[in-house]
Amino acid sequence: MELIIQGAISLGLLWSLMTIGVFMTFRILNMPDLSVEGTVILGAATAARLVSNGHNPFMATIMAALVGSIGGFVTGFLHTKLKIPPILSGILTMVASYSIVIRIMGTSNIALPPHGPTRVVSVFTFLQEMGLTRQTSIMVFAAIVVILMGAAYYFFCGTEIGSAVRATGNNRQMVAAQGVNTNAMIIMYLMISNGFVALSGALVAQQQGFASVDMGVGTIVVGLASVIIAEVLFNVRRFWARLLTLVAGSIIYRLIITLVLELGMPATDLRLFLAITVVIALTLPLIREKLVKAFEKLKARGGRSR
Amino acid sequence: MTMLNVAHVDKTFNTGTPLESHVLRSVNMSLHKGDYATIIGGNGAGKSTLMNIVAGTHLPDSGTITIDGHNVTKLPEFKRAAYLGRVFQDPMVGTAASMNIEENLALAYRRGKRRGFRWYISSKERDLYRERLSDLELGLESRLTDKVGLLSGGQRQALALIMATLQEPRVLLLDEHTAALDPKTAPKVLEIGNKIIKKYNLTTMMVTHNMKDAIRHGNRLIMMKAGQIVLDISGGEKKNLTVEHLIARFNQVSDEDFDDDAALLV
Ligand SMILES: Nc1ncnc2c1ncn2[C@@H]1O[C@H](COP(=O)(O)OP(=O)(O)OP(=O)(O)O)[C@@H](O)[C@H]1O
Ligand SMILES: [Mg+2]
Repeated sequence: MELIIQGAISLGLLWSLMTIGVFMTFRILNMPDLSVEGTVILGAATAARLVSNGHNPFMATIMAALVGSIGGFVTGFLHTKLKIPPILSGILTMVASYSIVIRIMGTSNIALPPHGPTRVVSVFTFLQEMGLTRQTSIMVFAAIVVILMGAAYYFFCGTEIGSAVRATGNNRQMVAAQGVNTNAMIIMYLMISNGFVALSGALVAQQQGFASVDMGVGTIVVGLASVIIAEVLFNVRRFWARLLTLVAGSIIYRLIITLVLELGMPATDLRLFLAITVVIALTLPLIREKLVKAFEKLKARGGRSR
Repeated sequence: MTMLNVAHVDKTFNTGTPLESHVLRSVNMSLHKGDYATIIGGNGAGKSTLMNIVAGTHLPDSGTITIDGHNVTKLPEFKRAAYLGRVFQDPMVGTAASMNIEENLALAYRRGKRRGFRWYISSKERDLYRERLSDLELGLESRLTDKVGLLSGGQRQALALIMATLQEPRVLLLDEHTAALDPKTAPKVLEIGNKIIKKYNLTTMMVTHNMKDAIRHGNRLIMMKAGQIVLDISGGEKKNLTVEHLIARFNQVSDEDFDDDAALLV
């Protein structure tokens, strides 16, 4: 059991980079970006191909993030230059990614066994060689990467360009009037967010020991679910705290999934469960409002009868 | 010295469709440094389109636009912004609601400058912002970290005025910037604008639907009708202008009765 929970925490940490990527577009840029479904496998495929060919896993992982950024660039280009609506731009990138992924991998999946005679060296191998168990090395490495990337993103948001990006998500007309090239901001920001998503995919592939074309399906909903869990449970204001809660949301999401699977829910029902959870979470504010109103009505009636 | 020159500008929207409309018809206009032109005209006369053409939101079909000697006709909006300060009619448009006052000001402070990976604000700037905000006498100087979404429409427009003039613009564009405000707030925001315009001797275009405001403020009055400038009153005539005189002048240049348009103006 302990091992399962540890595994859930590691996976939550690794996926939290994807969650941050989803948060960037959904919450900061106000532009739902569906290309993440594609860029997550672009990242996984690139890393898997390079690592299985014996390349340096760190270089492979960085390459994976860059390939994801290219996906983000394509989405941004379709939207800003070719004026295709954002959702459709994302879907187009996502669909195209499936073909690209097969081309990158040469097949629909690549195994990256961490043990045995065909064992491949992954980013987690180095900590293992320093004497840590595989579980622990994954957790430690994931934590380091998440802290570094989270801090980098935090500081990016505080720069002049980061501030212009946030304003672009808030009010495009205003930032354009202040001399900001909003198209450039959107493209650059999609490159960053999809870089995060692809990095996440690359690390998860190395953690689970394989990459496959269908590992990205549902990513957007998982990301959204994690973002919403974070916001509903913690509801914090400060930006660094919001980033931290995204990581927590991502871990909690994995723990919930682990729990329902342990309780015997068939894995194939997972996506239905997931979709329903997100619907509930998204309607929570509405439900809360209704409840408050009903409560006030009750109180008013109670007051009169007394 | 000419600060803004609009020469032979034509603009047609939806060319070649049933919705085609010829909105600006060979418009010529020139503002000298320090000119403060009020612009009036009925709905659809093309006032906002003229502003948008100057600002680069739309590009003209033909003609040229020169700002302070720079030909900006083909320059995209975000590049032209270096020369321009703008306040829009809708208080929601001019400011970023989910960002705080100092973040909004810091964005405006960098208009026309290179944005890089420096921190978005410096403590020196905060002093400047407090000073500029205190000119408004709205108490905003002590609320630098309040979200702009919390401000009233009038406060937001006042802030937008500061933002538009934080980097001194070559031309200040005000498009009915008080129209969305309540009757008590509107004159205050107008007055704040006037104070800033005077203090920095800003070249200004102000669209208004209030004829009295158009007569009372500025040193030029431009009237538009059906995509053309039909009146351009300046100098002593502008100084001594009355509503009656303006109507008489309009009837001189137009074959239609003023009343149709007057209804839209007052
Ligand atoms: N982006 C656009 N696309 C198509 N038509 C437009 C566009 N902008 C303006 N128009 C049309 O151009 C004409 C002039 O509009 P404009 O907004 O310039 O008028 P205005 O003088 O500012 O009027 P108002 O006093 O109502 O603000 C109108 O008929 C309008 O429908
Ligand atoms: Mg208008």
